[in-house]
Amino acid sequence: MSPKIDFDLTRHIGLLSRLELSDDEVQALADHLAHILQYVDKLQELDTDNVEPMAHAVAIHNVLADDVIGQSLTPDAALANAPQRDGDFFKVPKVIGDSQ
Amino acid sequence: MSQLTDLTARRLAVAVADGQTSAVEATQAYLDAIASRDQAISAYNETFAERAIQQARSIDEARAKGAALGPLAGVPIAIKDNLATTFGRTTCSSKMLADFRAPYTATAVAKLEAAGAVILGKTNMDEFAMGSSTENSALGPTRNPWDTGRVPGGSSGGSAAAVAARLAAAAIGSDTGGSIRQPAAFCGVVGLKPTYGRVSRYGLVAYGSSLDQIGPMTRDVADAALLAGVIAGGDPRDSTCVDQSVPDYLASLETPIDGLRIGRPSEFFSEALDGEIAAAIEQACQVYRSLGATIVDVSLPHSRIDVDAKGQLSSYAVAAYYVVATAEASSNLARYDGVHYGHRTEDKVDDIVALYSRSRGEGFGDEVKRRIMLGTFALSSGYYDAYYNKALKVRRLIKNDFDTALTACDVLLAPVTPTPAFEFGEKTDDPLQMYLADVYTISANLAGLPALAIPAGLSAAGLPIGMQLIGPVFSEETLFRAAAMFEQAANLPDMKPPMIDESS
Repeated sequence: MSPKIDFDLTRHIGLLSRLELSDDEVQALADHLAHILQYVDKLQELDTDNVEPMAHAVAIHNVLADDVIGQSLTPDAALANAPQRDGDFFKVPKVIGDSQ
Repeated sequence: MSQLTDLTARRLAVAVADGQTSAVEATQAYLDAIASRDQAISAYNETFAERAIQQARSIDEARAKGAALGPLAGVPIAIKDNLATTFGRTTCSSKMLADFRAPYTATAVAKLEAAGAVILGKTNMDEFAMGSSTENSALGPTRNPWDTGRVPGGSSGGSAAAVAARLAAAAIGSDTGGSIRQPAAFCGVVGLKPTYGRVSRYGLVAYGSSLDQIGPMTRDVADAALLAGVIAGGDPRDSTCVDQSVPDYLASLETPIDGLRIGRPSEFFSEALDGEIAAAIEQACQVYRSLGATIVDVSLPHSRIDVDAKGQLSSYAVAAYYVVATAEASSNLARYDGVHYGHRTEDKVDDIVALYSRSRGEGFGDEVKRRIMLGTFALSSGYYDAYYNKALKVRRLIKNDFDTALTACDVLLAPVTPTPAFEFGEKTDDPLQMYLADVYTISANLAGLPALAIPAGLSAAGLPIGMQLIGPVFSEETLFRAAAMFEQAANLPDMKPPMIDESS
């Protein structure tokens, strides 16, 4: 059932996860993920064809709030933990490249 | 009067209210205990000595003026370091949040303070609440006060150790797969995982949002009832928090339940369970029978625990949990991007994806990376149905089992852990072995049910043994009453770690 969790697939999951990983980390994670997923495959023993997936343990319903202005964070409070700021903005490296 | 730090939270609150001691005296007694003993335990990431004394002083002043005092007035309490506070740091024991100062305070903490509690400090934990031993803390492990060569359990290991070692009158933890109950059992204290939706999660750093609950960790059942009553209740800031009135848990506590029916899930009493724990729970059944309760055998087929020829445990619940919880974690932890708050790499990077990836690669520890990866995989295109959806279906089967079992009884009686506290390094090489430390606790999170871990005795080696009572949703009052019946009648040894008297 489980796909082969090899180095390349693990590297790809790392990219999807936005985690920069060393080669050693990728190899160790590949081994661990394969081991854990082999264990998770135990779930395939169960017939769940007519079972509704359960995302929440209790009935969840929409909670609507009145549309009134309340207190929210000031720009300074919101930016207080920013690794880098520029005025009232979070500062990041250039997102869009120079080339077309 | 006995030592202030030996009093339960409830007794201490009464002593403060009656003027037998003051909030400042009580707070100072705990600060002194932390100064003398926490070096050996490392329960705290940060303490707030000055602020705590100030809080205590204002309570003493209020009392002197004759003002009404809250139910926790002057009671020094520790809180897990994944609860946001505007004072001090909120680190989740992660390098990612090493310097994070939250701009708001968690509802549960605000309610404790409104009830007069004095916040002593923030306690150590497995990074982002991912772990069962507190060995995954980026700040170093917490030690079990009963045997400092052993883990306190996790992820709320610092809170459990603080309560057991008399470094706080009570504490608050969080439980996603057993993170309150398992360390409570390892450290010989009481721990409640409330019904999902009973306590607001506002200000609790999210791990598995459909599983996480905040709950009390205390020296006895009455204290758990007291704290649960304070922190429970609806909150417009958590849309999953149920706005249902909170019973006065203490009012009914001393009233035994007539004709109590206790269900014993046969799947939990297999060869997977340590013999001494099985014997302690059998003894507890005898205690309950002597109180007029009946023990009925019930079945939780999808929470079954198998043992293979090599002694390896396996369980559908653990398998489903490690898909559901990691899927939710992979989404929740996407917020740590090195842009808005938290760790950012100091390296020069060329683009935003490199900034995210390097900051996260540097900021997260191994177990957090592993769970993010596992969850990302389970949610990824092509594997979603086979893993995530399948796990959600099995989750329903697990919940249906509980619903059926709980028609034949009022509460379930179960082990908390397969063994007493294990040694450092015993399970760190094999993540799966660590996951299986939660084999008895995970089902209650998947099903959303309240579960109360209480001490059931000591092993021959002098380590605490716990047991848990699990009930239908919003049955906390029944759990407290049933637990208090046992606590009163069981005649357990004193659950005070020997190191405390040796050191003082």
